[in-house]
Amino acid sequence: MYVEWRWEWSFEILPQMLWATLNTFLAAGVGYAIAAIVGILFMLGQRTSYKIINIPTREIVEFIRSTPLLVQLFFVYFVAPQFGLTLSAWVCAMITIGLHYGTYLSEVYRGALEGVSKTQWEACRALNFSTSYNYRKIILPQAFPIAIPGMGNYLVGIFKDTPLLATIGVAELFFTANSIGAYTYRYLEPYTMVGVIFLVISLPTAFGIRRLEAAVNKAQGKVNV
Amino acid sequence: MNFFSFIIEYGPKFTSAAIVTAQVFVYSVILAVFISIFFGIMRLSKNFFIQAIATIYIEFYRGTSLIIQMFWIYYVLPLFGLPLPALLAGVLALGMNFGAYGAEVFRAGILAVPKGQWEGASALNFSKRKRMQRIIIPQIYPIILPPAANLAVELLKGTALVSLITLVDLMFVAKQINMMTWFSAQSFGLALIIYFVMARFILVPFLRWLEVLAARKVGRGKA
Repeated sequence: MYVEWRWEWSFEILPQMLWATLNTFLAAGVGYAIAAIVGILFMLGQRTSYKIINIPTREIVEFIRSTPLLVQLFFVYFVAPQFGLTLSAWVCAMITIGLHYGTYLSEVYRGALEGVSKTQWEACRALNFSTSYNYRKIILPQAFPIAIPGMGNYLVGIFKDTPLLATIGVAELFFTANSIGAYTYRYLEPYTMVGVIFLVISLPTAFGIRRLEAAVNKAQGKVNV
Repeated sequence: MNFFSFIIEYGPKFTSAAIVTAQVFVYSVILAVFISIFFGIMRLSKNFFIQAIATIYIEFYRGTSLIIQMFWIYYVLPLFGLPLPALLAGVLALGMNFGAYGAEVFRAGILAVPKGQWEGASALNFSKRKRMQRIIIPQIYPIILPPAANLAVELLKGTALVSLITLVDLMFVAKQINMMTWFSAQSFGLALIIYFVMARFILVPFLRWLEVLAARKVGRGKA
């Protein structure tokens, strides 16, 4: 073994890492909030019956979904200034994460709406409910529980993708680990600590989501495999 | 510089980079498939320790980021006297990460085979091994292929990360050309388009074809 783990030093850098973790949380939270809204827009765009809107939306969603987030980050970061839009790394990152995960969330929403049984829609029509009443009182309350597991998974997904933001200079956890490493030339502790911090946060979250999913399935009378 | 002269000038560079990306992808898929089957079966074991090992592996890899795993393998393992070439490190990280996701898909696939099939195989006195090999495994393809296809696209997207550990793939070349010429829209745009074409017009149709084939094999598809 060429290097040894230095405990005192890792405790020395721990506060710095934990501060950076807050930035990671911020990035994941804001990114998720944007993605949740963008997802609704994409979902609506795909569901309208106007071909002029739904075909391009579908193609855009398909394109964003099948290209890497990393390349998209660089695209936005470098191309936006050429069109006179000088955005900070944070803004770029939030836009890109929002768009990228918005496409995924639109699929979750779509699946949830389609998961509501068709007879519910028919019953609403038969009872002559208005469209907004129908959505507010009948469909959405039933669709929401179906969407919970998918939405939760992408929350963890965004959280785990935030280290990519370090590549364009967003000062989150991984960025901090990199700069500590570059400054002290010790990479073992920072990188390992990043991994541990991620594990400590995402495992309980994923576990909670699984519990939620099981509860939702149970409430809906589905048997859990 | 317009887009077409850009393609003519830098096309060859992008082509060779796309080949590197494809290489990384293929190697990682092979590794990921082996790991998924291995840990997927371990996860189904009745032995507590075997199951625990598989669970720890899967949760560990799914709980941390791919990029961190890759950096750890490439930058930290050498500190322990195990330097790996970039290609190997990238493929290892990708394969092991997506193998963990694949193991769950594989496990779910096996569990989704109707119980009657297991019972039928036992009733016909198949050995455990034969039952798995001849009865269960052939039936899981149509079940696991759709989620596996999603994972394959995710894996292809994940290969962009190997550019960060100095492998000259599409993303690396796009970054390099961007730095040299500042044709950002063209270089990253072209990279995005190539990724899209690889995913949408090569990988997905191939997997759809496999799905149709698998459905037909178990007598569920259109003849």
